[in-house]
Amino acid sequence: MYVYADNAATTAMSETAVNAMLPYLRSDFGNPSSLYTVGQKAKEALCKARENIAKNLGCEAREIYFTSGGSEADNQAIRSAAEFGARKGKKHIISTKFEHHAVLHTLRKLKKEGFEITLLDVHENGIVTAEEVAAAIRPDTCLVTVMYANNEIGTVQPIREIGKVCRENKITFHTDAVQAVGHIPVNVRDDNIDMLSLSAHKFHGPKGVGVLFVRKGVYISNLIEGGAQERGKRAGTENVPGIVSMAAALDEACNNMDKTSAKLSSMRDRLINELLKIPHSVLNGDISHRLPGTVNICFEAIEGESLLLLLDAKGISASSGSACTSGSLDPSHVLLAIGRPHEIAHGSLRLSLSDENTDEQIDYIIQEVPKVVEYLRGMSPVWRDLQEGKRNYVIQ
Amino acid sequence: MLYSEKVMDHFMHPRNVGVIENADGVGEVGNAKCGDIMRIYLKIDNDIITDVKFETFGCGSAIASSSMSTEMIKGKPLSEALSLTNKAVTEALDGLPAHKIHCSVLAEGAIKAAIKDYYDKNNIEYDHTLFKDVDHEHDHGEEE
Repeated sequence: MYVYADNAATTAMSETAVNAMLPYLRSDFGNPSSLYTVGQKAKEALCKARENIAKNLGCEAREIYFTSGGSEADNQAIRSAAEFGARKGKKHIISTKFEHHAVLHTLRKLKKEGFEITLLDVHENGIVTAEEVAAAIRPDTCLVTVMYANNEIGTVQPIREIGKVCRENKITFHTDAVQAVGHIPVNVRDDNIDMLSLSAHKFHGPKGVGVLFVRKGVYISNLIEGGAQERGKRAGTENVPGIVSMAAALDEACNNMDKTSAKLSSMRDRLINELLKIPHSVLNGDISHRLPGTVNICFEAIEGESLLLLLDAKGISASSGSACTSGSLDPSHVLLAIGRPHEIAHGSLRLSLSDENTDEQIDYIIQEVPKVVEYLRGMSPVWRDLQEGKRNYVIQ
Repeated sequence: MLYSEKVMDHFMHPRNVGVIENADGVGEVGNAKCGDIMRIYLKIDNDIITDVKFETFGCGSAIASSSMSTEMIKGKPLSEALSLTNKAVTEALDGLPAHKIHCSVLAEGAIKAAIKDYYDKNNIEYDHTLFKDVDHEHDHGEEE
């Protein structure tokens, strides 16, 4: 059996998304900036896609800027707010410890450029509160950026409340909603969001295309200079097939959201309940404020990369926050941020589902994961020491 | 593919996994914080390694390096086992990715630590410079 359970990394394109892009690869391939018919057809498709995406986010079409994906959108949003703040002498930014690297590394660079960055704690449950954001605000704060839902552990943040705090304090609020859009209800107006990043390939759209929503009246500057595309804010010939496909994928995801979410939540909860029966295992992140398809569990005394390789040999594609899977020295900054010690963070498993997963596949995961964990523990000197009482369990 | 076929073979079918009760020498290197610990058990008879087993907490290349290195010293005299280098282990595995070289360093260290343990237990004189790296914290970056 093959089970793809890494949908937080990327998703397979839906048939709807594939079909939507096909006409723009050959017959209507024109450049939207061209005056002749084939160009104007592409332009029309671009306009429709923009309107469609705006409808699904609860904003106006002119507030949508197409980008190459979530990372570019994050970079542009943060850079723009920082530039605008700096002009007024405001050089303080608030974020959280467990943001995506597209946010954290941009902030790290800004710090070198003289900004002060406050990274809020996310606690063991993986959730930051609006009160904590409010308490961190200073007269020189120019931006608050908090992710909508965490990519590794799936916890959903109180975005509407954080947005309200920012509105009251007249501070620009950006959210990296890459994991949330298309999976849980997101409405930029209701949620008090000034800027939002999303990425098409997380909801069965194509890779290499995303959106930056910028509320009318909020300042943005260019990352990429050139032509006048995207109202002069993002140069480069538009990725028409990708954008059209993204709009179709998002529309489909939003139309089916209730149904998909109910199905995924029930599969997710079954995975959580069954996998936590493995001794000395723990769920990462709040049990209830969670994306419908994301499960993240740490198993004591095993290492994540070996776990993934053995699962792969059994046909299960998953991911881990182990250092060995990233090529860096430290395990996942997200798991460290929620207080998991290094040795435990190395032994994490993330399973992220989509509506293409079946109950039989969930059964198969529930059957195979405990076997692999037991096998690896069988050769782990750490497990032997724990069993012989020479070491203390971190996970009870 | 991240790993060579040899690495995958030794990872999927590790040789010499387990424990030797009343081993003549036991060596352990690495730490759980870094995500890898290797423990080697040796049975030694007349300066010959008659049996060797390992236990490893770590990634695919750590398990494969343990497996390969135990194969390389089984049945060999201690002098030969002491001259086993991480480079030889890496080559026997048809190479490791740059950031995984430290796994082969661990394997070399664990074997040396087990031999040192045997010498210490039996009050056998030895050249201390042979083991100068054994007790040191390993460094992931050193071989890159």
